Amino acid sequence: MEYLKKYPKLFQWLFLLIVFFALCFAIDVPETYKFIRGQAEFVKDPNQSVYFFLGKEVRYYAFDVFWRLPPLLGWLPIWINDSLFFLMNEWMPMEFWNEDTQEFKTRPLLLQISRNLTAFMTFLIELIREILLGGLETIVAFTSWDFIDAYPWLELPGLPWTIVAAGAAILSYKLSGKGLALFAGLTMIYISIFGQWKPSMQTLSFILVAAPLSFIFGLGLGIAAYKSKRVEKALYPILLVMQTMPQYAVLVPALVLFGVGDHAAVIITMVVAVPPMILLTILGLRAIPPEVIEAGRMSGCTNWQLMLKVLIPTARRDILIGVNQVIMVCFSMAVISAFIGAKGLGFNLLLALNQLNIGLALEAGLCISLIAILLDKMSLAWANKQTDYFGNLTFFQRNKNVIFFAASFVIGIILAYVGTFIFKGNFNYLFEIPHNKGISTADFWNKGVDWIFDTFFVYIKAFNTWLIQDVLQPMRALYLRMPAVATLVLAVGAGYLIGGIRSALVVAALTLFIALSPWWDRALVTLYMATFGVIISCLIGFTVGTLCFQNKKSAAFMLGVCDIFQTFPSFVYLIPVMMLFGITDTSVLIAVIVYATIPATRYTIEGLRSVPVGLHEAATMSGVNKFQRLTKIEFPLAFPHMMLGLNQTIVFALFMVIIGAFIGTEDLGQYILKALSDKNGAGIGLTLGICVAFIGLIFDNLIRTWVGKRKKHLGIN
Amino acid sequence: MSETVIKCESVYKIFGQNAKKMLEESNGNVDAKTFQEKGCIVGVNNASFEVAKGEMLVVMGLSGSGKSTLLRCISRLTDATGGKIFIEGQDLLELNNKELIELRRNKMGMVFQSFALLPHKTVVENIAFPLQIKGTNTEESIGRAMEMVKLVGLDGRENYFPRELSGGQQQRVGIARSLAVEPDIWFLDEPFSALDPLIRKEMQDEFLRLQEKLQKTIMFITHDFDEALKLADRIAIMKDGIIEQLDTPANIVLNPATEYVRKFTEEVPREKVLIIEDVMDASSKDNLGDLKVSKDEIIENVAEKILTQEKLVGVVDSNNNIVGSIKPSKIIDTVFGGRKNGS
Repeated sequence: MEYLKKYPKLFQWLFLLIVFFALCFAIDVPETYKFIRGQAEFVKDPNQSVYFFLGKEVRYYAFDVFWRLPPLLGWLPIWINDSLFFLMNEWMPMEFWNEDTQEFKTRPLLLQISRNLTAFMTFLIELIREILLGGLETIVAFTSWDFIDAYPWLELPGLPWTIVAAGAAILSYKLSGKGLALFAGLTMIYISIFGQWKPSMQTLSFILVAAPLSFIFGLGLGIAAYKSKRVEKALYPILLVMQTMPQYAVLVPALVLFGVGDHAAVIITMVVAVPPMILLTILGLRAIPPEVIEAGRMSGCTNWQLMLKVLIPTARRDILIGVNQVIMVCFSMAVISAFIGAKGLGFNLLLALNQLNIGLALEAGLCISLIAILLDKMSLAWANKQTDYFGNLTFFQRNKNVIFFAASFVIGIILAYVGTFIFKGNFNYLFEIPHNKGISTADFWNKGVDWIFDTFFVYIKAFNTWLIQDVLQPMRALYLRMPAVATLVLAVGAGYLIGGIRSALVVAALTLFIALSPWWDRALVTLYMATFGVIISCLIGFTVGTLCFQNKKSAAFMLGVCDIFQTFPSFVYLIPVMMLFGITDTSVLIAVIVYATIPATRYTIEGLRSVPVGLHEAATMSGVNKFQRLTKIEFPLAFPHMMLGLNQTIVFALFMVIIGAFIGTEDLGQYILKALSDKNGAGIGLTLGICVAFIGLIFDNLIRTWVGKRKKHLGIN
Repeated sequence: MSETVIKCESVYKIFGQNAKKMLEESNGNVDAKTFQEKGCIVGVNNASFEVAKGEMLVVMGLSGSGKSTLLRCISRLTDATGGKIFIEGQDLLELNNKELIELRRNKMGMVFQSFALLPHKTVVENIAFPLQIKGTNTEESIGRAMEMVKLVGLDGRENYFPRELSGGQQQRVGIARSLAVEPDIWFLDEPFSALDPLIRKEMQDEFLRLQEKLQKTIMFITHDFDEALKLADRIAIMKDGIIEQLDTPANIVLNPATEYVRKFTEEVPREKVLIIEDVMDASSKDNLGDLKVSKDEIIENVAEKILTQEKLVGVVDSNNNIVGSIKPSKIIDTVFGGRKNGS
């Protein structure tokens, strides 16, 4: 009884678990139940039940409602699909002037908007692409085909790779210094001599459009939300869902709205990259001390000046994290959007992965990662740049960067010209090294992979078999064994115990949505993979984080490593694991673990770091040893922050699990991938995405509520 | 009295919804308690005063007394709920946004308790900031800022970032920034409160030196009574949004108007605060001894000399005219006696 009074929460949790397991045992598995493999829904099985809603036919296997809820939301994807189709093709037809045919044409409004947006994006991408690679499309936009035909020399030649490399190095030098310049130069040289020039420049032109646009929109909307509560309230739910929505899932509806190609990729990338930018902008602006704002006002700032010169620069730290996120998402999307026909490195990477040519994939992946890191560092350096007012500089010193660039420009062109004589009738390597004509180490890697496979095959196979048969399969079976009602009770109970009625209701709504969708089984499989990944990631992350925290240098080093790893596009993680484990669930799970360990480690270190120094000293003076200090002081205080890390870990894991569908898993991701090639996939893809997002949001809600309470309890902010 | 620069007439600041309506209904009789019951918090309650050109008014009060709110009303960082505020005859509350910005750009400077420097700008950029906001070109604004850097004694540190400076140095930057546009009116919101005692004293001395040179019209906010006594021409003591007493330091020490004010004055070392003029007898100028003291001397500095005299000591002004006298015993009276009933 005394225990009951002392730890009431503990007993409430125990009670909840007992109820959950009791329900699990009480509700039997129906004899007809079996996990439905893919494609099953296309088979018209007489055993299926059917219902009609809003004129849509929904077929499903009926079970005891305690076991699996009927897919009462099964009409939703079809309905979304039809609505989208209606909006695009029939809604609000209007007259639009057509330049080409010189007459008015009737078109639905949304289609016209989509077409205009598409044209604008295409123009931007092409413009940058032509500067980097040569071409003539955009010149035409300003003149006409006749004009171009008359003057064939007008075609814009691309910049030789030597000039772009020199330019990147000089810009890096101006922004940061020798280190970054060296890195930029080497990256560019690597890209060109490995024959990745063209795809890299295609990817770069995509990024150079997507990243700045995402930044501007994110910043603008963030400011709007900071200024107006109403805007914030309207944006908040969208931001929340988008944060946990897998990037894959957005592809499908975008496909319907904007078609296939780079422009669609840019728009999707913006949809994915803008929300974190908005959140971080709001966060940064909120954190500005009021006196700084007053100081700005008293200096006589107009509202614009206050925003541009005081608020945004003061909130710079968070906004820069936002930029970092934008770049990260852009590169991630550069790969993923290859699914909808974006050109560039991502396309090559996917192709190589599809052919199981690990070496080629590795080279393309390295390219993307290098460019990502380079852009990230450059944007950071740019934001931290200082002006020197007092240096008494000569003309040469002041303009040396321009002069050097001009010089390298001339030299580059001369080299390219000379190249035309050296490589007569062949490829001009001093102008551009064509794809697949550069050095390639792919064979080496492929042979390496073969060698590893041959040598360690027995061990890898044994490990693989053990993991799948003894760990993964039983775990999966356990998850699938959970009756829907028991799961609901568990989720709602947890919500109630952590956050009261409000949380319980939110969690119940989110869970119900998934349970009533046609993909409950898939969601359970997704959940099992994510759980497995999260558990291992947290174990590794918390351990590594704690160990690294013991020493200031190693902590800083580890955070740096996390930074770099975070910049890698998520797809890149699949390459090394496929090298070792081939196409199995093990590969996906290892990629999940590697990817999700990043936030776990980072948040552990940050959390431990945030423990006030005074407490350390107080603890030391109380005579605790290092271990006691860790367990009695640092962990309890850092725990809320570490739980936020867990939250991130879950989101990262879910993303990777979904991407893992590319390797072949039987979860929600698989259906999303399938929806991509389905003419009517938009609704399905979106609904699936929302399902995944809701899984993330359930945990997000529980963890955040708990952390909020705990932080209040501990009196830390 | 010379020209009035700041003038407040029954200024009220009440936070909360319906504050304006409730104020109107109260007919100027604002009772903090009844307002609080209705969900409003009274920041400033019926403040009326004037500040003359070149005068330093120190507003003293403990935290929550509404002193910072009063300052923010006068700088219009918040809008007063009721009353009128005049800056050099202009009705502040009637100004539109553009006029207000003009006023701030040219006439006002403000120093903040937490320094409020822009973290991304160097010392010299921070100081040049108000000038650049005005549209002064880079060369001129940086040149002017460098003058200010020298004025506050930060030469050699102009390219440091605020985070690289100590608290005292940061506040010097804050002061320099507020002075960069050569404002007539200078607001200081607890500028030295976040500093160590020694640095604080140093900064106060420096501040007095600057003021001697610049002769700005100043409103200075502090919670430190000693600081108020040391700096002020006049002190306003605030409690719960109400100005309890507004007078010269000497009068506040000698004639505290309320019990609340008296509590502050009790521990004050009078010999360090009062000058001879405050305690002299202006009516008797005869039978003086040989010793003459200036009326502006602080008592502490001349007490020993006076106490060795037996006769009356003559008090002279700066032109050496006799303006009064002082009995040696009066010094003892002032320092040790009659705490309860002033002079």
